[in-house]
Amino acid sequence: MTHTISLTINGKPYHDEVEPRLLLIHYLREVAGLTGPHIGCETSICGACTVLLDGKAVKSCTMFAIQANGRSLTTIEGLAHGDQLDPLQEAFWNEHGLQCGFCTPGMILSARQLLADHPSPTEEEIRHGLEGNLCRCTGYQHIVNAVKAAAAKAGA
Amino acid sequence: MATTTIKPETLVGRKIRRKEDPRLITGTATYLDDMKMPGMHHAMIVRSPHAAAKFRGIRTEAALALPGVAAVFTGADVKHLGPVPTAASLPGLRVPHHHLLAQDRVYYQGHPVAVVVATDRYIARDAADLVEVDYEPLPAVADPEKAIAPGAPPVHPEWPDNVAFTFHQEGGDTEAAFRDAEVVIKQRITSQRLIPTAMETRGVLAEWRAGERSLTLYSSTQIPHLMRSLVAGILGMPENLLRVVTPEVGGGFGSKLNVYAEEALMAFVAMRINHPVKWVESRRENFQATIHGRGHVDYYELAARRDGTMLGLKLKIIQDLGAYHQLLTAAIPTLSVLMMPGLYRFKNVSADIVGAFTNCVPTDAYRGAGRPEATHGIERMVDILAAELKMDPAEIRLKNFIGADEFPYSTATGLSYDSGDYAKPLKEVLAQVDYPALRVEQQKAREEGRLMGIGISTYGEICAMGPSPAMPAGGWESATVKIEPSGKVTVLTGASPHGQGEETTFSQIVADELGVPLDDVLVLHGDTSVVQYGIGTFGSRATAVGGAALYYALQDLKAKLKKFGAMLLKSDTVTLTGGACIDEQNGNSVSFAQMAVAAYVAKELPPNTEPGLVATRFWEPPNFTFPFGAHVVVTEVDKDTGQIEIRRYVAVDDIGKIINPLLVDGQVHGGVAQGLGQALWEEAIYDDSGQLISGELTDYAIPKASGMPWIESSHTVTPSPVNPLGVKGVGEAGTIGCSPAVVNSVVDALSHLGVRHIDMPLTPEKVWKLIAQGGQA
Repeated sequence: MTHTISLTINGKPYHDEVEPRLLLIHYLREVAGLTGPHIGCETSICGACTVLLDGKAVKSCTMFAIQANGRSLTTIEGLAHGDQLDPLQEAFWNEHGLQCGFCTPGMILSARQLLADHPSPTEEEIRHGLEGNLCRCTGYQHIVNAVKAAAAKAGA
Repeated sequence: MATTTIKPETLVGRKIRRKEDPRLITGTATYLDDMKMPGMHHAMIVRSPHAAAKFRGIRTEAALALPGVAAVFTGADVKHLGPVPTAASLPGLRVPHHHLLAQDRVYYQGHPVAVVVATDRYIARDAADLVEVDYEPLPAVADPEKAIAPGAPPVHPEWPDNVAFTFHQEGGDTEAAFRDAEVVIKQRITSQRLIPTAMETRGVLAEWRAGERSLTLYSSTQIPHLMRSLVAGILGMPENLLRVVTPEVGGGFGSKLNVYAEEALMAFVAMRINHPVKWVESRRENFQATIHGRGHVDYYELAARRDGTMLGLKLKIIQDLGAYHQLLTAAIPTLSVLMMPGLYRFKNVSADIVGAFTNCVPTDAYRGAGRPEATHGIERMVDILAAELKMDPAEIRLKNFIGADEFPYSTATGLSYDSGDYAKPLKEVLAQVDYPALRVEQQKAREEGRLMGIGISTYGEICAMGPSPAMPAGGWESATVKIEPSGKVTVLTGASPHGQGEETTFSQIVADELGVPLDDVLVLHGDTSVVQYGIGTFGSRATAVGGAALYYALQDLKAKLKKFGAMLLKSDTVTLTGGACIDEQNGNSVSFAQMAVAAYVAKELPPNTEPGLVATRFWEPPNFTFPFGAHVVVTEVDKDTGQIEIRRYVAVDDIGKIINPLLVDGQVHGGVAQGLGQALWEEAIYDDSGQLISGELTDYAIPKASGMPWIESSHTVTPSPVNPLGVKGVGEAGTIGCSPAVVNSVVDALSHLGVRHIDMPLTPEKVWKLIAQGGQA
C-alpha cells in the first residue's frame, strides 16, 4: 500500500508514491536524491538529518515522509544560490566550523533556525540553540564563532 | 623570456580556510551511504542479543521467503574465510579464531550471526527480524578484573583464566628506588571504556565485476591500503584485483583504523549474489560492534623523596580486551607503558600488563590510544604526591621535568624524546591564568564554603607513528607529486585524512615549495588504484610523516624542474623561486608552465634527464615525535548537587611548527572535547550479564555545545628535529592533556574534605556522594 505525497523541496515540486512507513530522511536521500541531510543516529539525538519544514528545523529521521505531504522543505542543498553561498555556509567555511563535515548540513540548518529566533544571539544562546546537533570533531568552538560571524554580518 | 621579480609568499604558518569545505557545506560531498549503483542490494546483519550463548539452531526459511530477499548467509557459508586480522604481536599472545560470522557460539552482544541481503533497505530490515536463532545463554563476564579472578566464566573455553597475554617491561632499578624512597604513594586509577562515536557510522559498498574477476570495496576507513592487503588475505584473492576506495569519511578517531568482519563479508556477498551490496551500520550497531576505547584498571605505585624528587614508578595495567583481538587491540596498552614516565626525569620504572578477555566488543585505538591512560595515571599520581607532601602541584612538576638541555632524552621505557622545553608551556599557562591570584581566590572561596578547584596537567605524547621497526605494519608514509603539462600540481598521499584537512595543509606545503597558487594544487587520497601504497591517517602522523614524504618528493621535483629551467635559460646559474626559474646572472626567467611544457613535450631534454615531472618518495621516519604541553582547568563544584562548572580552560600546547593555525585550533578544541567527554560524561557500561546498557546516543553522553567551556588555546613552538617540516602532530594532544587537568581540578576543589582521587566520569552523583560522605568513598 502506498500513498501519493506532494511537497516542495528547495522551491521545487515533488510528487511521489511512498510507503506509509518511509522515513522522511530516507525519502529525501533515496527518492528525492538529496543526500546532504545525513543519518547519524535514527533516534533524533544527533541532528545530522535536520531540515527546515515550513521554516522550522526538524529531525527528518523521526518523521514519516507522508507527514511532509503538502509542506515546504529546505535542505542544505537549497541554501546556496549558484555559487553564492548562504552567509552561514560562508561563515562555517571562514571560521573552520567543520572538520569531517558529517554533522555540518544539520548544524547549519539548526543555526539558521537559531538566527531566525535570535538575530543577535549571545554565546550561551548559540550553545543552547545547537544542543540538538552533535559534532564529534570541533568541540563546537569554531561553530559558535561561525554563528556569531554570520549574525554579525546579517546585522551589519 | 621575461625579467621578473617575484616575491615569494609563504602560506605555511597562515590561517587558511580549507579547500575541502565547499563540498561539505553545500551537502554535495559523497559519503559512503550517499553512493548508489545499478542493481545495488542492501545488507543487514543479524547480531547476537546475548553476550555469551551457544547456538541450538538457526532458521532462515522465513527470511528467505520474503519477496525481495536475495540471500541469507550464516556462519557455515563463511567458515572457510578469514580470520578477522590482528596485527598486534606479543610473545605468547592468545589469539582466538575470529570468524566473519559466529560459528557455534557468540562471544559478545552484537556478535554478527547472519547477513540478510535484499533489494531494499526496509525489506532487509524486515527479513533480519525473521531470522530465527535459538540460543542457549551461557554465563558471561564483562568486567576485566572479575574476568581474571578465579572461577570467572571463561570467555573462550580453551583459556579458562581469561588471560590473553601478560607483558612486562622495566628500566633502571625499580626495587632499589622503592627501597630508597622516603614516601610511597599507591592508587588504583581507571580509564573507563569509551565509545568513539564518529558521527558517520561505518559502512561498506562492495562491487564485484565478474568478467574482470575484480572487486571494488568502498569503505569508510582510515586505512585503505592496509585494508586492501588484509581483506585480500581474508578472501584469498589477488591483492591487485581488489581496489579499496574511501569516499568522504565522517570522522574516525581510531574506530575506522581497523579491518572489520563486515568489509570482508560484503565482498563475499557481492561475489555470491553478483550484484553490488551496501551495508551501513546503525548507531546501535556502531555502539555494539565497532571497537571501543580505553578500558584500563591501573594500579600505580610512586616512590619519591620528601623534597618531591620522584624516584620510581610501578604500574600494573589490567586491560579489558573484549572477546577478540581487532587490528591493534593488544598493542594499545603497550603504548601506555612507553608513555608511563610522562615528562619526568625518573629512570626506574616497572610495568606489567594483563590482557583480559571479556564478553564485550573489543577495545582498540581511540583518540590517544594508550597515551591518555598513561598521562591520566602519571598526572594524577603527581598530584596525589604533591598533596601528600603538601607541595604545590606546579612546583613538584617543575622540580621533576626533564631539562630543556637534556634532549634528545632517553627514557626508562626505551624512547628517545626528540625535543622539548617542558617548563615553558607550564610557566606560560600559569602566567595566563595568574596562578598565585587563583590560589588566593580559592582560599577565599573555601572560607565562604564554596568548592573551587585548580587543576594542572602537563602531558607528553608519542606522535608521528612511527618508525617501522616500532610499528605492526610499517610506519613510513608515501607521497607522489605530479606537475601536469599545464603546470597544475597533483599530490597523491598515502595518508588518508577524514576531517583533518590535509587537502589544505599539504597544498600549503606544495604552494610554498613550488611557488604556485594554492588553487593550482589538488591533493588526492583514499583510493588504492590512484595512490601508491600508503599507511593511513592515525596517531597524529599525517603531516609529520606524510607531509615529510611530500616535502622530500617536492625537493626531487624541484631539482628536476631546475634542470629544465637551466636548459631553457641556457644558463648554469639558475634558482627556482616564486614559481619561476631565474637566471642569477641576468634576471631572465621562465615560468612554471613553460618548464612543465618543456618536460612533457620533450623536444629537448637536459643531460641525463627523463621526460615528465613526477616524483615519489616513501619516507621512513627516524623517530617518533613528542609533543607536550600544559593545561589548566578552573572548576567550581556545587556542593548541593555535585555539578561541575568549568570556569576556565586554558591550554598551552607545543606541537612543533604549525602549518595552519586555524586547523590546529580545531584539532585542539576537538581533542579537548573528547578528553572532557571522558572526564565528565562518557562511559560504556556493560551489566554483569554483558548487556551494553549505554547502547544508544540517548544513553551515552558525548559533549554537546552547551556543555563545552570556552577553550583558550595558545602555543609554544619547539620544532621537531625528526622531520624537515619541524612539525610534531596535534590530533591527540587536546584529548591527552584534558582528562587529568579536569580530574585534578575537581579533586583539588574537594581536597580539603579529604578527597584524594575520583575515577572518571565525574558524574554529579559520584561527586555529590563524596561531598555528602565528607570526602570518604
